[in-house]
Amino acid sequence: MTVTTEMRKQKGPWIDQLKGRALIEWVEDRTPGDSRLEMCIQCGTCGGSCPSGQDMDHTPRQLFAMLRAELEEEVLASNTPWFCVSCYLCTVRCPQDVKITDIMYTIKTLAVAEGRSAANTARDFSESFIGYVERYGRGFEFGLATRHALLHMPMSVPGLVELGLGMLTKGRMDMTPHKIEKIDQLHKILNRAKELEAML
Amino acid sequence: MKYLFYPGCSMQRNAKSYLDSLLALQDKIGAEFIELDDWNCCGATEYSSVNRTASHALVGRNLAIAQDMSNGTNTLMAACSACYLNLQKTDHYMGEDGLFDERINDALAAGDLHYDAGSLDVRHALDVIFNDVGLENIKKQVVKPLKGLKVAAYYGCMIVRPDVNNKYGNPEYPNILEELLSALGAEVVDFPMKTHCCSGHMTQISGETAYELIRRLAYGATQYDADMLVTLCPMCQLNIDAYQAETNRFFNTDYEVPILYFTQLMGLAFGIDAKDLGIGKEFVDPRPALAKIGVEVEEEAPVPRRSKKKDEGLPMPKMPGNAGGEN
Repeated sequence: MTVTTEMRKQKGPWIDQLKGRALIEWVEDRTPGDSRLEMCIQCGTCGGSCPSGQDMDHTPRQLFAMLRAELEEEVLASNTPWFCVSCYLCTVRCPQDVKITDIMYTIKTLAVAEGRSAANTARDFSESFIGYVERYGRGFEFGLATRHALLHMPMSVPGLVELGLGMLTKGRMDMTPHKIEKIDQLHKILNRAKELEAML
Repeated sequence: MKYLFYPGCSMQRNAKSYLDSLLALQDKIGAEFIELDDWNCCGATEYSSVNRTASHALVGRNLAIAQDMSNGTNTLMAACSACYLNLQKTDHYMGEDGLFDERINDALAAGDLHYDAGSLDVRHALDVIFNDVGLENIKKQVVKPLKGLKVAAYYGCMIVRPDVNNKYGNPEYPNILEELLSALGAEVVDFPMKTHCCSGHMTQISGETAYELIRRLAYGATQYDADMLVTLCPMCQLNIDAYQAETNRFFNTDYEVPILYFTQLMGLAFGIDAKDLGIGKEFVDPRPALAKIGVEVEEEAPVPRRSKKKDEGLPMPKMPGNAGGEN
């Protein structure tokens, strides 16, 4: 069955971002270098190599088959890219040299732009992390850890307090962030980069 | 030899001992690490999940600063595997993909910066120490060989994968860390999990996923009878060290595998004081292992506590017949 423009329109606001492309093309266009996504031969080496595969909704191979079949809503709803640990084992083992890890990153960016919650905790962690980077130019572990724990792991907070105190007393965590000098310059660069990304 | 050095956020705090130990080696290995001016975060594994162009422009700023500073050296060294990979990937993709290069430089131009792809050689500290300093020079500096210490070399992922410039030759079974540790006199045990994942950021996202990966590594190290794991990545160190107790609770296990940085072991073998190498900040105590090579580490000054109430409490009644009092 071919997906018509009308059918696509019903899929959700993210469809506008694709600018008439199928999601698979959008992913190829947005991934730096040559993603080789279309070269997948469905061998399953990726899923068999994946250390966190057992907790994924779909193996990478399945996800790529879904992309080809234009099951786009299902791809975006899958937790698979969010459970990717960036170990690149699939990437180096892929007989077709598909840049699997890079493709996972790109799929996540659409889910983020859409604000969807396939894997709420993971998405929020990424967004909190970069929130501090955008504000200070550097990561801020204390802010990130406390914000994230309170938001997503309130039940584990008592256990995490022990860990957090350990980090503080061992001098392994700062309670105040460090800001780079030329933060304005960084903001200009990032704002322009976001404009350019939106044009893709 | 001079090297431009990108420390990255982790090494400022949670992996400060990695930074301290690396810098402490400079004189002994004849290297000078020049910190990049006003560097920013590399984005770790998070920024590229949110915005591809911005994530690489973020790294591009560091590359552009490094290019401006590259007087007499074009080597940009990072010791954190995630920082290393991000710097390497941005440089690589800018060279491979012309449109991508244009986009990144367009963004950099907004901050009056520019980067020419390929103008820097991005390298990991292990690569610099192994290949530039060399085992022969390292052996010459060893005054306290790590004899009797059984170590498992643990690389993690991002130094050897995807290895876009093919520096390590084998993405799953590299061997240079083992050679380095042997040169320090340590007994290197076989450790087939040497490039398995430490779970990365999953400790923050899905405990079950993370603890299983940490458990596998602790199990592997124990099975192969290693006294400790030796790493080259702040994320690996943090996960295996700080989350080992949580992993043990989760699986009802009792692993106690300490994990130190290779630069700390180099420092010990070179006769540098443990304190100057940041040893003593670990969650899993490495002292029993270090005692095997005669290294004593002073205990960190304990956090002052209020005296226990027990001392001032009322005398407890003793059980009849329990003449010994307590117990």
